[in-house]
Amino acid sequence: MSFKSIRQIRGVSRRTFLAVGASVLLFAACGTSDQSAVNTVADTVAEASTDTAVPEVSTNKIVSLSATATEMLYAIGAGDQLIAVDKYSNFPAQANAFEPKIDGYEPSVEAIAALEPTTVLIAFDPGSLQSQLEKLGIAVWVGAAATNFDDSYRQITELGELTGKTTEAEALVSSMKSEIETAVSSLEIPEAPVNYFYELDDTFYSVTSNTFIGQVLSLFKMENIADTAEAGNDYPQLSQEFIISANPKLVFLADTKCCAQTAKTVATRPGWDKIDAVTNGNVVELDDDVASRWGPRVVDLVKQVAGAITAYMSKLK
Amino acid sequence: MSTREDSIARTGWLVGRWWIPAAAVAMCAALLLGAMVGPAGPTWWRVPLALLDRLPLISLDSGISPREWTIIWQIRMPRVVLAALVGATLSLSGACYQGVFRNPLVDPYLLGVAAGAGLGATVVFTVNRSGSSSWIVDPLPLVAFAGGLIAVAVTYLVGTAFGGQRSAATLVLAGVAVTSLATAMQTFVLQRNTEVIRQVYSWILGRLSSATWSDVRLVLPYVILSCGVLFAHRRLLDVMRVGDDEAAALGASVKRIRIAVVIAATLGTSAVVAVSGLIGFVGIIVPHAVRLLVGASYRLILPLSFLLGASFLIVADIPGRILQNPSETPIGVVTAFLGAPFFLLLLRTRQGTR
Repeated sequence: MSFKSIRQIRGVSRRTFLAVGASVLLFAACGTSDQSAVNTVADTVAEASTDTAVPEVSTNKIVSLSATATEMLYAIGAGDQLIAVDKYSNFPAQANAFEPKIDGYEPSVEAIAALEPTTVLIAFDPGSLQSQLEKLGIAVWVGAAATNFDDSYRQITELGELTGKTTEAEALVSSMKSEIETAVSSLEIPEAPVNYFYELDDTFYSVTSNTFIGQVLSLFKMENIADTAEAGNDYPQLSQEFIISANPKLVFLADTKCCAQTAKTVATRPGWDKIDAVTNGNVVELDDDVASRWGPRVVDLVKQVAGAITAYMSKLK
Repeated sequence: MSTREDSIARTGWLVGRWWIPAAAVAMCAALLLGAMVGPAGPTWWRVPLALLDRLPLISLDSGISPREWTIIWQIRMPRVVLAALVGATLSLSGACYQGVFRNPLVDPYLLGVAAGAGLGATVVFTVNRSGSSSWIVDPLPLVAFAGGLIAVAVTYLVGTAFGGQRSAATLVLAGVAVTSLATAMQTFVLQRNTEVIRQVYSWILGRLSSATWSDVRLVLPYVILSCGVLFAHRRLLDVMRVGDDEAAALGASVKRIRIAVVIAATLGTSAVVAVSGLIGFVGIIVPHAVRLLVGASYRLILPLSFLLGASFLIVADIPGRILQNPSETPIGVVTAFLGAPFFLLLLRTRQGTR
């Protein structure tokens, strides 16, 4: 009788969950690593014990469960204080030397405790990780996903204080600021705002200007087609019809790693050959990892976007 | 009902005097095993010594450091105890649901608990989760608990309003409808807040790794109340086996029994789901395994489901801890992965012997 239909309906809901889950895993898998590591963990730890001037710094043993925090630590010269990293920490190359890497979404508190760290860096708390670690006397630093440049600079400064690298952190922040400033000011910014589409994945999830990456692009006074898409949602899923009718002048692909999208694959999508960005060759391939983190490499991103706009302007002439 | 089943039930009850102590021993062994195995901490054989050492009047040199003791007591024990409570409650509720609905496919999530709690949890995740970290009470379990209860309340109201004579079947169908509705709402909320998908997904797969003593304290009163009421109905559930009309003819108040069991099972299930997420399979597999072992009498099925459900989840949680060290495998994955083949094996063996 009704059992079969019950099973079917319940099966559907289970499948929906799985489908959602699978797409999430795809998102997560965007952080594939380039294996070019040379250092071993032992080397790194050995360096840590010799190369510091302030005595208490050498006792720092840091576990980073945030790929961005890992990049920040290396950029301020505190990479040698790391004893373990999460599986998305794939930059710089030295970060790949840590084995095994920890899953930041499903970390094992016991296993982390066994490493006897002094501090654990996290970008978010998947459960009660922070309180569990603090009970074991391990300090926890939370560097949540930045929503603006100041968040990012503040996190670098905090990590500088934490690792005894305040000068290096200050230097990094000011060099980031000046490099971004130069990249923006040296550019001939178009008169009328240029509209763009930012692609998070190949199902057309996008970002609005309220997000960190949206603000990076807003530096160039561009207009985000996703801003008007869905009030209150900063990560809206756009329809192809909407994208094609908005006719963006620039398309940024932040799904080159996760979903293997390139300017070429975009050009073959039905209907997309009518989009200006595609016909004029203004589809910009970004590095997913750089585009999804708020660390020092945001400067590279700014430069790449600046380059894309320069190319766009030169094609206009 | 066949006479064979009756005789199995009768002999089952005779042998049953041994089943319950055996299951209790199994649960104690599982508790101890759960406390001994983990990716860190002291050598396994030191753990029982350390636990004994903490008992009054006993002093032993277990040779573990204070840090190792903290790992055992603050990280590992809460999760083992929580696994026991969750496993026991889910499988006891599952057994009772199967009893009152006389339907072998029923699990504790049937009437919408899971979908309601899932919707509640999703909403909490989307409403600035990090902002609530300084609150005195974590809103996640509370809202998930409320969501589960509300979903079942809606199911019950709808089901009994339209049910008429066939109230059990209508209730099941109403549960399916409410589940779909809540799941649809959850999917919609998620789709508008894709940044939390990973966290919600992780919650759906079930989670014991973040267990703390406060989680245990949070669910314990509900578990005691719920299991107490369910155990009190064990004889009435045996009467229900003959069918609604026949049970009524025997003097049982079918509607009252059904609503009492549904309320009690829902209360317990909502509470454990609120702290552990959706751990599937336990509520359906353990009661059936118990039935295959001891027959159809609820006087035996209920206590055994309780004890073996606890043991099963504790043991199922162990591979999750060590398999992907230093990361965790979600418990929901392990229960299904271990449970399904085990259950098929059991099914085959029992059929072979008949």
